[in-house]
Amino acid sequence: MRGGLLAFAFLLGLAAPAIAAETPKSGGILTYMIPADGGPSLDGHKETTYAVLHATAPFYSTLIRVNPDNPSSTTDFVCDLCTSMPGPTDNGLTYVFKIRQDVKFHDGTKLTAQDVAASWQRIVFPPPGITSARRTNFLMVDKIEAPDDATVIFRLKFPTLSFVPALANPWSFIYSRALLEKDPHYFERNIMGSGPFKFDKFDIGQSMTGVRNPDYYFKGQPYLDGFRAIFAPKQQTRVDAIRADRAAMEFRGESPTARDQLIKELGDKVTVQESDWNCGNVLTPNHTRKPFDDPRVRRALYLAIDQWNGAKALSKIAVVRTVGGIVFPGSPLAATRDELTQIPGYGTDIEKSRAEARRLLKEAGAEGLSFEMLNRNVDQPYVIVGTWLVDEFRKIGVNVTQKIVPTGPWLEAMRAGEFTVTLEANCQDVVNPIADTGRYLPHKIYSENFAYHDDPKQVELYDQMVRETDPAKARLAMRAYEKQVLEIGAHQQPVTWWYRILPIRSYVKGWKITSSHYLNQNLANIWLDK
Amino acid sequence: MYQYILKRVLLTIPTLVGAAALVFLLMRLIPGDICLIRLGGGGSSFDPKALAACHAEIGVDRPIVVQFLEFIWGAARLDFGTSMWSGKPFITEIAARLPVSLEIAIMATVVAVAIAIPLGTISALKQNSWLDVAVRVFAIGGIATPSFWIGIVSILLVLDITNLVWGHPWMPPIDYVPLWKDPLANLSMVILPAVTVGYRYAAVSMRMTRSAMIEVMKEDYIRTARAKGLINKLIINRHALKNALLPIVTLIGIEFAFLIGGLVVTEQVFNLNGVGRLFVQAVQNQDYTLTQALVMLTVAVFVFTNLAVDLLYAWLDPRIRFN
Repeated sequence: MRGGLLAFAFLLGLAAPAIAAETPKSGGILTYMIPADGGPSLDGHKETTYAVLHATAPFYSTLIRVNPDNPSSTTDFVCDLCTSMPGPTDNGLTYVFKIRQDVKFHDGTKLTAQDVAASWQRIVFPPPGITSARRTNFLMVDKIEAPDDATVIFRLKFPTLSFVPALANPWSFIYSRALLEKDPHYFERNIMGSGPFKFDKFDIGQSMTGVRNPDYYFKGQPYLDGFRAIFAPKQQTRVDAIRADRAAMEFRGESPTARDQLIKELGDKVTVQESDWNCGNVLTPNHTRKPFDDPRVRRALYLAIDQWNGAKALSKIAVVRTVGGIVFPGSPLAATRDELTQIPGYGTDIEKSRAEARRLLKEAGAEGLSFEMLNRNVDQPYVIVGTWLVDEFRKIGVNVTQKIVPTGPWLEAMRAGEFTVTLEANCQDVVNPIADTGRYLPHKIYSENFAYHDDPKQVELYDQMVRETDPAKARLAMRAYEKQVLEIGAHQQPVTWWYRILPIRSYVKGWKITSSHYLNQNLANIWLDK
Repeated sequence: MYQYILKRVLLTIPTLVGAAALVFLLMRLIPGDICLIRLGGGGSSFDPKALAACHAEIGVDRPIVVQFLEFIWGAARLDFGTSMWSGKPFITEIAARLPVSLEIAIMATVVAVAIAIPLGTISALKQNSWLDVAVRVFAIGGIATPSFWIGIVSILLVLDITNLVWGHPWMPPIDYVPLWKDPLANLSMVILPAVTVGYRYAAVSMRMTRSAMIEVMKEDYIRTARAKGLINKLIINRHALKNALLPIVTLIGIEFAFLIGGLVVTEQVFNLNGVGRLFVQAVQNQDYTLTQALVMLTVAVFVFTNLAVDLLYAWLDPRIRFN
């Protein structure tokens, strides 16, 4: 008995420091870096760069969000301003949200359902002169109503599984209706939210600082007294700054070499959080250019790529790691490894695939093919992945040169169709497979698809999937759609999903990595163990 | 004299208009546009209607002639508009960056002059001695080594040395603090870039000082001064150096003007939010108005620095008359 008590006491002794270490402590200022030059305006509804989100998200509330305590889940959404997550009613056409009544904006005014509705109206139905970057994510929304100060109702045109994930979009800041009515552009230049931190100072192109909001509605949070976000576009500056503790972390993602260097230099003073990243590269041949109008030639290119071994090797030097289809690999709607290996281009016997590729090229009369591949002048991972692809194509006798250009000309060339094959980016925030895979739709449906193909069957399959509300059936519908995109049509080919690596000073606690650098950025749950 | 200054100031007008027209056209020759970068740069989906709304909002959907005339009319009133990227007035954008660049430029100039003139003079006076060879090697090193490389190495050295001495690495702050707010933090941040840039700047000036001094020391009036029995210190300071300074002053003027907007890489290496970095951002983002305004600023800085240098000539060499 005594021995048992001693053993219990010993175990308790071991466990106690661990429990104590995980009890959040209040105080301190978190200094982190934003790996970009200063962003454009401060309006989350309008902008798309993380440079804006990482600087402004701590000031704002959203209606719902990805669960900050379980952010790696692709299906766990929780309330931020609502009181409980509603289920759909009216055959999936209506969602009624009850709004918290204890929320105040930083200027002291009460936040009501009217503010929530006004903000969402601006996102979904932007008035003339207002830019809403993600309006197309909400094509299913018919009406947004606020019948009283505590209720917001979303009425949909058709039921869909993609609505709730779309609603958790981290850019959907809730603004004050009064300020919006006074000046619809107010939030482009000013910050006034209801989030865990109040605006303190913005030094253009240099830093953003926030201080603790004592009236934050999640009692006890935020733990930090404030934060300071410093724009630091160069990787070496960020590595040096973490090393010298000028900053504790950044929230986008560093390269494997930066991670290894910091672990070597700092040992246990740095911890590393890693996750699959809801970003990837997509190889897109221009179907209007010969010989890429021939699916055999496109398929031959995809068959030349050794996805499984390539991803493994590239992960040592680039921010890529996971092989996947058109859906983010961490999602329940994603293809499993077994399902993927059934699709041409994902075979595990690369020699067999390449023999088939050579056969297809010969059959199509495209032996000795040469072309120019358009790419973006961003090393991580575009240029690295592009260089690897050039070498993969060489193995089936295809000679490729890379045309590496800055972002503007890269986007312009794709939009103008002035390229033969391009390496595109596919970067999303909340994992919303049905919405996210809309980018593979033909150009006439989805204007930012640059394969310039047409495929009525693909459109039909997508329409069926969008309207499917049973998750199991939606998964089957996704397989059919994926097969159409990758195998039957051979329209485009995802290559290596990215991998997010975050070296963080070990004293930073409470924050968990997510599948997107756009998520979990309000900093309310971060605390410093100093 | 005043007539000369007025003439020079008036001459800046066609220079500025020419530069404005050139940069206006060149910017529009680059494929892509700011709205595409703004909405599609992150790789996420965006609404095509948002692209049209963005074009309309910043006015790039209007005819190019209208845009050009508006720009020239604004420039004539010293109104360079607002940045298409941030939506902030040019004056706000530049006010946030100019103090950083100006401080680095001034400090680098001080470092350069403090090194270049004494060493260049000694090198000339001790021509072909071991001291001259050492100074020339030092100067060639400065010219041959890129400033940004010296910057990167200097940061790593500071990190490693402090780690060795104190047991934890230290580096200067990565966010700029004005001199008047925290002089110590400010100086710790700007000293490395100033020395890094100043070294290259000093190397060029040192070579110029040496060659100018060698030339001057061969002049008749130096021989006359020696024949009169003047002490060497007086000959060098009053007669040789003052006359040798003319080309050096020109060089220092040009270099100083360059530093205001040209520290592109050094500002990146030290994470300084200066005019050079802003320039790169503006071009990368295809922010037409901001790039145009920055070019105007750079041209103006060059023009007025050259004017100041010309006026300094008269003080250095009273034989020079501007009429």
